Amino acid sequence: MIERNRWLDVLSHMVLIVGVGVVAFPVYVTFVASTHTMQEVVQVPMPLWPGSHAWENYTTALFGSHSGATPAVGRMMMVSLITALVIALAKISMSLLSAFAIVYFKFPFRMAIFWAIFMTLMLPVEVRIGPTYQVVADMGMLNSYAGLTVPLIASATATFLFRQFFLTIPDELVEAARMDGAGPMRFFKDVLVPLSTSSMAALFVIQFIYGWNQYLWPLLVTTEESMYPVVVGIKRMISGGDAQTEWHIVMATAMLAMLPPALVVILMQKWFVKGLVDTEK
Amino acid sequence: MLIAPQVSVICIFFFWPALQALLQSLQQSDAFGTSVEWVGFANFQRLWQDASYLESFQTTAVFSSLVAVLGIGISLCLAYFADRVVRGTVVYRTLLIWPYAVAPAVAGVVWLFLFSPSIGVVSYALNQWGFEWNALLNSRHAMALIVMAAVWKQISYNFLFFLAGLQSIPKSLIEAAAMDGAGPWHRFWTIQFPLLSPTSFFLLVINVVYAFFDTFGIVDAATKGGPGKDTAILVYKVYFDGFKALDLGGSAAQSVVLMVIVVALTVVQFRFVEKKVNY
Repeated sequence: MIERNRWLDVLSHMVLIVGVGVVAFPVYVTFVASTHTMQEVVQVPMPLWPGSHAWENYTTALFGSHSGATPAVGRMMMVSLITALVIALAKISMSLLSAFAIVYFKFPFRMAIFWAIFMTLMLPVEVRIGPTYQVVADMGMLNSYAGLTVPLIASATATFLFRQFFLTIPDELVEAARMDGAGPMRFFKDVLVPLSTSSMAALFVIQFIYGWNQYLWPLLVTTEESMYPVVVGIKRMISGGDAQTEWHIVMATAMLAMLPPALVVILMQKWFVKGLVDTEK
Repeated sequence: MLIAPQVSVICIFFFWPALQALLQSLQQSDAFGTSVEWVGFANFQRLWQDASYLESFQTTAVFSSLVAVLGIGISLCLAYFADRVVRGTVVYRTLLIWPYAVAPAVAGVVWLFLFSPSIGVVSYALNQWGFEWNALLNSRHAMALIVMAAVWKQISYNFLFFLAGLQSIPKSLIEAAAMDGAGPWHRFWTIQFPLLSPTSFFLLVINVVYAFFDTFGIVDAATKGGPGKDTAILVYKVYFDGFKALDLGGSAAQSVVLMVIVVALTVVQFRFVEKKVNY
């Protein structure tokens, strides 16, 4: 048996609490700043306790101010939400279909296509931004949901994941389904999809966060304020320099921008952990 | 038919642009794209002689090694202690994993606010202690700022993997060592650390990839590559040269260099995965 060491146990908790504290501190300050007025936030040092202006700040952030000085974040949140959902769901369904095709059908260039999908792993958006931007611009997809999502919805990792999973499904199941008179699409719908729900949930969490947090790509393809996702919008709000930046509103926006993905992670923690471990292997 | 959507997307948005990048890297065109001239490897040569590009390489190297080492070190430490505590592992895990969900750009904004020389809370505290903090003027401070923001975001990821790795080490091994009289410190270095080495190596690759590519948002929001160009990492420079300075050929050449780096990292990662199967 391992020795019991009270001192070490205390130390463990101490280290962890300090760790959690340091990790949480920036967000705590953000939260505090989002509940004060402009004057209180920019004074030095700023107060470290939540103030009483939370309601005003968040409504201003969400719906925009009367003077129109701050853009409405509510709209951006919608854009982000739609983008993230479309990316996550489209990635899952597309890779599900292509994995199904690759595993269960024989057709020419099957392996070539498989390797082509594999190679996209090596081409993240960041290394091909210029030309991809041109393609999207030529197709007239700037400032649209299509432009925001379609170039991002191919997923090698997801295709792999489903392929590996389908390979573990015993052939007997396929034969049984065929004997019961199920065609391929029927088999896909009634056997494969239900079996892969847990993988789908795990992937959804990861891809939702991926979609929500996209920054470079939306920065390029959106030029109208009405199409900014919140992550891009918040950056625009601070570009005026310290003097003009309304930090209390910016911080409220930051809280709003963090909330949905953080909620997804925490509420779906089990799937999140599974998703991370699966997608990286 | 089933595979058509996936294939069309990867052809239009992956291979075609990648090919374009390759072609453009061999061309010289003006900002409006009206005249195109084949210049062979001149763009690459220009890059090679461009002091700011080499500097950017150096910046990226410093940045990614700091992020990888600090991120892995801190999260290993946290994971070790989280694995030790009898109760509350899940609670700590919940409290530590959510920064993963924060968008890089948002993280950049938040850290910028904390460390802003005029209004930031932390910079105020630092100044009180007699430390002149100014990330806007001092490039070391700016670098420290983006490293901290990047590490902060990545800790949760590393932590999860280390925790999973530690929990998969059989308790009997640890107990046997304890019976042989090995203390916690000794046990960590002789049993747990070596058994974690595949995880650590994997995380090293992932962290380098993360520092190379996913930190664009942090850099853009927190420092914009400044002061001067002292925190302009490679990805930032591709973006800046291509879209702000409109040097398409140079930007494309940089993209190609980045592609080579990604391919190299991916190969390293997969070689490692294969090795681990035998492990």
